[in-house]
Amino acid sequence: MTLIPISDMITRVTSNVPIYSNQWFGGGNGNDWTAYLGFLSMIFFVFILFYGQKLQTRMMMRDVESSLFKLKFIKEEGRKMAIETLKEVGKSTVDIAPRVDRCLDYFTISPQSMDPAGIVAKLDHILDVRDQRIKDDVKLIAPQCEGAQLNNMENTLEAAMALNYIYKIVRHFYIQGKKTMSLYIIMQLQMILPLVMKEAEAYSAALKAFSLGQPIGDSVGPLIASRLMLGQEVRKVPKDCVSATVPFEGRTAIVMKAEGPGGNCGKPGDAIETIIEEHEGKIAMLIMIDAGLKLEGEDVGEVSEGIGSAIGGPGVDAYKIEEKLVKYKIPINAVIIKEDIGDAVSPMRKEIHEAADKAIERVRELVVERTKEGDTLIIFGVGNSIGIGQ
Amino acid sequence: MTQNQTTTNANKISNYLMFIVIIVMGLAIVALFSAVYAYTVENMVYEAGFMAIIGIFGLALSAVVLYQNSKRSAALKIEPPKVMTYIECKNCNTKTSREFQRGDFVFKELDACPKCPEQKQMITGVYKEIKEKEKTYTV
Repeated sequence: MTLIPISDMITRVTSNVPIYSNQWFGGGNGNDWTAYLGFLSMIFFVFILFYGQKLQTRMMMRDVESSLFKLKFIKEEGRKMAIETLKEVGKSTVDIAPRVDRCLDYFTISPQSMDPAGIVAKLDHILDVRDQRIKDDVKLIAPQCEGAQLNNMENTLEAAMALNYIYKIVRHFYIQGKKTMSLYIIMQLQMILPLVMKEAEAYSAALKAFSLGQPIGDSVGPLIASRLMLGQEVRKVPKDCVSATVPFEGRTAIVMKAEGPGGNCGKPGDAIETIIEEHEGKIAMLIMIDAGLKLEGEDVGEVSEGIGSAIGGPGVDAYKIEEKLVKYKIPINAVIIKEDIGDAVSPMRKEIHEAADKAIERVRELVVERTKEGDTLIIFGVGNSIGIGQ
Repeated sequence: MTQNQTTTNANKISNYLMFIVIIVMGLAIVALFSAVYAYTVENMVYEAGFMAIIGIFGLALSAVVLYQNSKRSAALKIEPPKVMTYIECKNCNTKTSREFQRGDFVFKELDACPKCPEQKQMITGVYKEIKEKEKTYTV
């Protein structure tokens, strides 16, 4: 194989070579063709050497951009759905869109933690104020909204707020990456994007469920509690919770849940505190039933049990419960129903509904094995009571 | 509700892509014609082969981009899942189901059972059924 000198090759490339020249395509001399390919490969190599990273950044940015468009679509659909539902349910005669847009931009500043003593009470207060503020706004936007529907609309608005926030954060990092053309900003964003998209899609599914008042995956705790308290006298417990005293395997079970059927998680911390104090700490066991995030590979609706307060959120309720448990030395058990983040906030799946029976059986075994006849125990079905009555 | 519509920006992107795809497709077709011309009239086998490869590659690329774009448009649709309400009569154990209606909730008492008028029916479940199997990884 004879290689043509580079200078000669450049002369040939720059000279006016006809497009169907045999030399170009190797028809006349195969060696020329090989040399040109080598030359092109060299140019390609030099290009990749200097512009490889930029090319990679651009490809990643295109990836992020496509997800950002999808996020924008989801966010806008969420906003539209929230406005339409609030209009339909609240029967408002004025244009509610500007007010809804104002709500979508709400933020919550967490309390200062330089001196952490007393931070739980501060956080609790801020969350209460936030909750009340959103409820007041829903009342202003949809004056005819009351009771369960008010809670559902509040949840709908919160889901739309979450989507709006996710979109803004992703857009912020995308624009920042585009401005600086920094591979590392874009790379970080691209790496977490599948998880962010999964969460956004889950919130999008949640919006529909909240607006219609359908039970979601997270409602499995209240569903189990409702099944246990069915037919018993129910009373309200602060805050936004209900309880019923149920005879259970020769023991007295105080079954509790957030008040339904409106979208409401209640304040399990306050409710359990109240019941424990009412019984002067004479509680043999606390069993918390909640939906738990499953790991990949685990089945949806799998039931498992453990120790500790099975409750999500910012930790205020878990703190209050643990304080009381320590004070009266009450053992705590948890039963969880495994599900995905998407399943937790979208309409309840059949597998999760059916897992309720398995979970009740597990609670029964736990009570029989770990408490004595005549004991009093608390069973709390943690989660959003949307679409679950009592 | 206009759930199945894409946003304006998303449409802009697909229009831009469409424009590029049409150009690439046009060039690919020209390349294929040139290949046929080069082979039949000029009798240049190598050139014809080269142009045919370019043409086929261009057409394949356009098809792939169009397919990906249509998949992306399909992904930009929010399909609300079909949620069913399951109703039971505790007396005669009759079980019925219907599509969810606003106002339904679990343990809501409904009208009397058609079989036993003294007993009210109750909603015992509100859930969706996912038909397609999730991809499993055996490890």
